[in-house]
Amino acid sequence: MIKEIGKYFIFLGRILVNRETFKTYYKLVLEECIAIGIGSIFLVALVATFMGAVTTVQTAYNMVSPLVPDYVISQVVREMVILELAPTIMALIFAGKIGSSMASGLGTMRITEQIDALEVMGINSISYLVMPKIIASVLMYPLLVIVAGVCAMAGGYIVGALVGFITPEDYIYGIRASFNEFTITFALIKAAVFAFLVSSISSYKGYYTQGGSLEVGIASTEAVTTSVIAILLADYSLAQILLTND
Amino acid sequence: MIKIQSINKSFGEKVVLNDISGTFEKGKPNLIIGSSGTGKSVLLKCIVGLVKPDIGQVFYDGRDFYAGDSELKTEIRREMGMLFQGGALFDSKNVLDNVKFPLDVLTSMKSDEKLDRVNFCLQRVGLENVNQKMPSEISGGMKKRVGIARAIVNNPNYLFCDEPNSGLDPQTSMLIDELIQDISEDFDITTIVVTHDMNSVMGIGERIMYLYKGEKLWEGTKNDITHSGVKELDDFVFANKVMNSLRDK
Repeated sequence: MIKEIGKYFIFLGRILVNRETFKTYYKLVLEECIAIGIGSIFLVALVATFMGAVTTVQTAYNMVSPLVPDYVISQVVREMVILELAPTIMALIFAGKIGSSMASGLGTMRITEQIDALEVMGINSISYLVMPKIIASVLMYPLLVIVAGVCAMAGGYIVGALVGFITPEDYIYGIRASFNEFTITFALIKAAVFAFLVSSISSYKGYYTQGGSLEVGIASTEAVTTSVIAILLADYSLAQILLTND
Repeated sequence: MIKIQSINKSFGEKVVLNDISGTFEKGKPNLIIGSSGTGKSVLLKCIVGLVKPDIGQVFYDGRDFYAGDSELKTEIRREMGMLFQGGALFDSKNVLDNVKFPLDVLTSMKSDEKLDRVNFCLQRVGLENVNQKMPSEISGGMKKRVGIARAIVNNPNYLFCDEPNSGLDPQTSMLIDELIQDISEDFDITTIVVTHDMNSVMGIGERIMYLYKGEKLWEGTKNDITHSGVKELDDFVFANKVMNSLRDK
C-alpha cells in the first residue's frame, strides 16, 4: 500500500520533467477537453436533472409541518446540490466514465507497446500522455459541475411545478433566499480536487498495466474503485477543512 | 556502432541475460537470434533503455547510455528508430500522422517539409495511397512497413527491429528483410534485428549473435552458421525442415 502510494507520487513527479513544447501540449489539452467536456455533458445533464427532481420530491415528502414554508424545499435542494450532489456524485460518475476510459486507453497503449514507442523516440511518455488529461480534467470538470448544478435545480423546478409540491415562485424564492456564495467556491474547489484525483489515479493505473486485455479490464476497474475511495476521503477532508467555522 | 558490455538482467530469481557482450556494426543488419524465451527481446530492450540491466554498459558511438544523465539519454534516444513486434502504431492516428508524429513532436520543420519527408519515407517502404487509412484498416505487413517508415522518418543513426517478420507470410517477410537491409546500407545506420526466423538469418545475416538460455553462445555470419560446431545452434538452425533437407543433401 505505502509502496503503491510512493510509486504514485513518483509518477506525478515524472509528469513535470523532460516536457515537450507548449505547442505540443496545447493541441493535446484541447483534444482532451473536447473528449472530457463535450463527451460527458449529456450524461451529466441527464443524471443531474433527475437527481434534482428526486431530491425535490423527497424533500417535499419530508416537509410535513405546516409551520415550515414551501420555499424551504428549494433551499434544501440548493444546498444539497451545490455542496454535495453536483460535485461529489458527479465525480463518481466522472470516475466511472472518464476514469475508466483513461485507464483502459493507457493500458491498451502499454500492452501494444505504443508507450514504449514514445519512450524510444525520446519523449517522456508520462508527461506527453498524462499531463494533458489532468489539465483538461481540472479545467472541464468544474464546468460540468456548474452544468450539473443548473440542471439539478431546473429538474427540481420542473417536478415541483408539475406535481404541485411547490409553486414556481416559491421555488425561485427559496433558491435565492439566504444564499451563501462561498458554497459555490467550495463546490468548485472540490470539483478541481476530484478531477485531479480521478485523472491522475486512472492514468497511473492504466500506465502501469502489465499483461494483456484481461489486465486492461482489471486496471480499468481498479482505476474506478481507487478513484471513488480517493474522492470520498477528499470529500470529507475538504468539508472538514473548509466548512468548519473555528 | 553500438557496443554492449557484460549485460546482466534477472527478473526475481530468474536470470534472463548473463554477461552478454558484443559489438553491432554500422551499415548492415546485426541479428540477434535464438529460440523463444532466450532473452533476445529483453536484450534489445536493455540496449534501447526500455529495461535497465542489473549490470552492464551500452555505448552508442562511445557514449555510455546508462552512465549518462537524462539529457544524454534523451539525446541518444532521439537518434533511435524502432520497429516493434506488433508495429506499435498509434491507434488514434492515421498512417500519415503516425509517420509524421516524430517530426511533429521532435522537430521544428514546416508542414510541407514534414509532408515531403513522410511521403518520401512511405514511398521508400513501398506504400502509397494509404496516408489517410487508420492502423486498423491495413494489413499486418503494411503495419510493419508503416512502423519502419515511422522509425526512419527522423533520420535515425540506430534502427532496432523486434521480430519484424512475426505473423507475416514468407513473401512479405522477405520484403521486410530486404527493406531493413537496404535502409541500413543506404542510410549507413546501425541496425539490430531480433528474430528467430531462419529465412531472415540466411537472407540478411551479415552479423549474427546467437543467444541460448540468456547466454551468448556464438557470433558469426550467415556463411558460418551451418558449420558453427555449437550443438545448440545446430539444433536451432536445423529445426527448420528446409535447412534440414539442405544439410542432408
